[in-house]
Order: sequence, then structure tokens, then C-alpha cells
Amino acid sequence: MNKIPFRKQFKKAIKTDPLMVSFSFLALLLLLFVFLTLSDMIIVQVTSDFPGLIAAAKNESVIRSIKLSLYAGLLSTLVSFLVGVPAAYILARKDFFGKRVVESILDIPVVVPHTVAGIALLTIFGSRGLLGEPLGSYIQFRDALPGIIVAMVFVSAPFLTNSAREGFQNIDPRIENAARSLGAPLWKAFLLVTLPIASRHLLIGSIMCWARAISEFGAVVMIAYYPMVGPTLIYERFISHGLSASRPVAVLMILVTLTIFIAVRLISAGWRTYDKD
Amino acid sequence: MIRIKDLNRKWKEFTLEDIDLHVREGEYFVILGPSGAGKTLLLEVIAGFHPPDRGEIFFGSRNITELAPEKRNVAFVYQNYSLFPHLDVLKNIEFGMRMRGLRDRARVEKMAEYLNISHLFHRNIYTLSGGEQQRIAIARSLVTDPEVMLLDEPLSALDPQTQETSRKILKKIHSDSKLTVIHVTHDQTEARVMADRIAVMMDGRIVQVDTPEELFNRPINDKVAHFLGVENVMKGTVTANDGGVTLIEVDGTSIEAISDYAVGDMVHACLRPENVTLSKMRVKTSARNIFEGAIIETELLGALVRVKVDCGFMLNAFVTRQSAEELELKPGSHVIVSFKTTAVHVV
Repeated sequence: MNKIPFRKQFKKAIKTDPLMVSFSFLALLLLLFVFLTLSDMIIVQVTSDFPGLIAAAKNESVIRSIKLSLYAGLLSTLVSFLVGVPAAYILARKDFFGKRVVESILDIPVVVPHTVAGIALLTIFGSRGLLGEPLGSYIQFRDALPGIIVAMVFVSAPFLTNSAREGFQNIDPRIENAARSLGAPLWKAFLLVTLPIASRHLLIGSIMCWARAISEFGAVVMIAYYPMVGPTLIYERFISHGLSASRPVAVLMILVTLTIFIAVRLISAGWRTYDKD
Repeated sequence: MIRIKDLNRKWKEFTLEDIDLHVREGEYFVILGPSGAGKTLLLEVIAGFHPPDRGEIFFGSRNITELAPEKRNVAFVYQNYSLFPHLDVLKNIEFGMRMRGLRDRARVEKMAEYLNISHLFHRNIYTLSGGEQQRIAIARSLVTDPEVMLLDEPLSALDPQTQETSRKILKKIHSDSKLTVIHVTHDQTEARVMADRIAVMMDGRIVQVDTPEELFNRPINDKVAHFLGVENVMKGTVTANDGGVTLIEVDGTSIEAISDYAVGDMVHACLRPENVTLSKMRVKTSARNIFEGAIIETELLGALVRVKVDCGFMLNAFVTRQSAEELELKPGSHVIVSFKTTAVHVV
């Protein structure tokens, strides 16, 4: 670990090279752009219409939609974990014909416009869709929690898969070999050795996945306008009542998710980490 | 004990071709070869991490070719030890026993005492030295009571002093446990010192299998000779030790060296050929080892000439081409061989 204080490092870096000066300036622009945009929204809301914020926090439909966002996001992350971690492990460990194609397919949701994803999901999971029709008598996707979850999994699973895969790739296969020659079948070696060593990557991947799921609007709104998740409610209020009606919900949404996000990072900061970085 | 028949395997840039080997019960067997020869791959195939493309492996009369690695009862110690970083030392050692549903703290403690690692039980493995990590890796595999121990370059990641200790530990384990050991290395001195028998492996093939003496005296072809002929390793007995200055008798000739071995110990005196000086007549020198000998052969190696001299024992020396010409070094001619006491490395 480098023990030199950040400020000194920064000064030194700037002194050493004009490139660093210009890059630092540009980086600052990006930082301000993100930070100012979000903090300004919160500050304006708190200073100009604090009662509105309180009212929104007490409003039942607002509470319900934020809860639904968090809950559906969590379920989506669980689903992504269950299918994404095995995929990540195979991709990290095995070379096979067509591996590149498999990797590309798994990454497609990252580049597909989310409304396109929504149309695609609606086509296959809709009441007359390839999967929606045969499953219709057991499970309904359109305007229901399962629909929200398939939309969230579709757009967020790649984040978990890629992070997990990087974690597995960082682990020397010889460690698993050692476990096996000590008497562990592969599944035990995976559960008792590989998984714990990759835990930090899995956690980070899960947070990313969850955050991405909560923030999804385009795909979710297509397949399930109701029950309303946070972003849909914000959109609906914006369209029918304007900025002042939707902003309190937006501020609440960001405060809740940021709090959870920071809490998870703080808790995980105390974890000992074993994978080299 | 271990019989390998017609084994073939291709993996990445490594290949194993038509490997036939027989390792005897309780033998300390060294596989020696340059890096890239496929030694580690062979070890991993024996352990079951890679299925062979063709061929069979037997432990005793048991055909284990298809057996999963966890059922082979093999101890595998990697060059980087592959300890589990998320477990402390004790849990690392207990891992194999846990996999077998055993809880025998007394056995773990006995093993830890034997390898002098009891004081490390609750340490994080990142805080350990290479030698300590190795002993833990060995303890971890030995507590499972394996039939075979496979060692992948066990000494090459260690500093010279730790190597010495580690060598002694491995020998002690072998003589105490009578375990069948296969030890892979690229270091011919290490092979010569440790092995009951050595298999030389080159380009995925076993080229020669012999006792160290036979192998080093009668390499099967020039490639093997070239690979082996770099260093002088002379087996002898310590006849005197006066405060570190040691006399070692090699084939009836006494060599002076520095070591802490006691009188009667069987040792190997190692001498790098570039540390051997050749001259036409006796000169006053600080070198304490001076012998007369006859040149057996000379071989041109680029700017250097390797001169093989019989001076009661066989010795290789490197001289420059110019020196060789000036001293008229030819097979049959007589030379004076000298080297310093401190140039001899005793193991």
C-alpha cells in the first residue's frame, strides 16, 4: 500500500507532467458534472419545497413504488447470481469452441437500447409470446412482478457475470487443484475455496447488478407499467404533473439507494480480501 | 508403485509423448528437465487434474486413469504452495482431513510439531515466509496420509539458505515415512542430491531413467549430456572438519571445502566449471585444491571451451577459447587443476 497522502501525490503528479494538469482539469469537469447535477437536485428540493419532500415520503404510492424497486431489484440480483455465477465460472475456466460468441451474447444487453429490450421482452413474455403463452396459466409477466424481474435481469445480469468472471480469473486454478488433491470434489472446492476467495468481486458485481436493476426504466415500463416501480412513478408524475411533482420522489429514490449503496460498501470494506487486484 | 503406460497428453503449448515410467514403492524419484519440457503437466496428469489423451496410470495394481483427483490419495505440493488465502494456517492444514470427515487435532499438532510450524497456527498466510508456506503446504498434504507425494519444483522459489533447510526436511520426511515421492525440477544438482533415481525429460518425452551416478557418468546422448554437463557434482564422505574447513574424500582424493557437515557424513561437493582454473604447471596460488590430471575431451561452446579432466575424479572446467589455444589443451595432455575452497558448495 502506498502511504503517501493523496494530496501530496496529487501535487507531485501535477508538477511532473503537463499532461496530468490537463487530464486533472478534464477529470474535474466530469466529477463536477455528476456531483453538481445530483446534489443540485437535492438542494433545490430541500430549500425550495421541503414540505413536498416530506409529503412524498409519507405518500403511500411513493413508498410502495420505492419498496417495489428495491425488492424487485433484490430478486433480480438473486436470479442473476444463480445463473450468472455458473456462467462466469465456466467462462473463466474453460476454453471451448464458440466461447467468443457466448461471451458476446451474454454482453448484448449492455449495448441494446432499453426500450428495444422492453419490446423484445414483451414479444417473448407477452400473453401470446414464445414463453409467455405456454407459461400463461402458471405465471403472468405483463403488468406483474415477474415481468419487472425479467426486464431487470435482462439488463443487469451482465454486470454481475462480468465481475464474477474477473474474480474467478484472478484465482490460480492450482489452488483448486490443491483442494482437489486434498480430497475435495470439484463442487466442494468451488464452494469452500473458489467462492470465498472471489467474494469481493461477487459482492461488487452484485451491488452493480442491483443498482442497475433499480435504475432500469425503459425495459420495465414496456412490460410492466403497473405495479409501478420508482422510475415509472417518477415518469408518470412528470408527464401528468410536471417537475415539482416528480422531483421529491426522485430525491427520495436517490437518497434511499445511495444510503443502501454506501452501507453495503462500508460493511464490505471491513471484509478481508484475498484476490489479487 | 506408480506405473505409467504409453501416456500422451497435449495441453496448451505442452505435450507429453509416449511416457512410460515405473516408480518403485518408497522411491524418491526425480523428474529432471529444462523448463517447458512438460514436467509439471506430467505431475498434474498423475494427480488427475488433466485426463490423458491416451495411456494408463496405475497405483500398485489399481488402474487410476479415470479416477477423480480427490480419490487418488495423492499429496500435491505446488511451487507456489497454493495455500488457501482465506483460511488461517491451522484451517489450511485441517482442510484435507475435513474433506474426509475427520477431526483429529492430535494428528495435526503432531504433524505441525514435526515440521516446526505449531507457532504459526493462527497466522494469516500472507504474513509467512516462503519456507514456512512450503512446510504448511507439506503438512496440509501429509496429514491426509497420502500414498504418493508429488512435488512441483519445491525448492526453486526459495532463497539458497531456505533451500538447504527444505532439502533436509524433504529427505527427512522421505526417510521417516517411506512415502513414494515424485519430485520435479530443472536443477540438476538438486536432482542428483535428492534422487534415488532420475528421469530426464525433454520435449515431452522421457529420455533416460537411471540412478544419479549412472546418469551423470553415462548420459544416453549428447543432448542429455549437454543438459547435465554444466556443473560438477562429486559424491564423497567427510573425513575431517576443522572449524568449518572440511575435507571430503571423492574417489580416493581429498577436496577441501567450507561446510558444517560432520565426519562420516555423505555429501555432494558442487563446483561450477567456471570456477576451475587450468594451468600448465604448478603456480603459487591461494587456491587450496590443486590436482594433476589428464584431459579426456574438449568441447567448443561459443566463446568458451568445456574441458573434461580426469584428476582422480571427473571435473569439467570452462576456459576461454584463447586460453585453450595458449595452453594447448587437447585430449590426452596433462594439466594442473585448481579451485578455491570457497568455490566448493557442499550439500
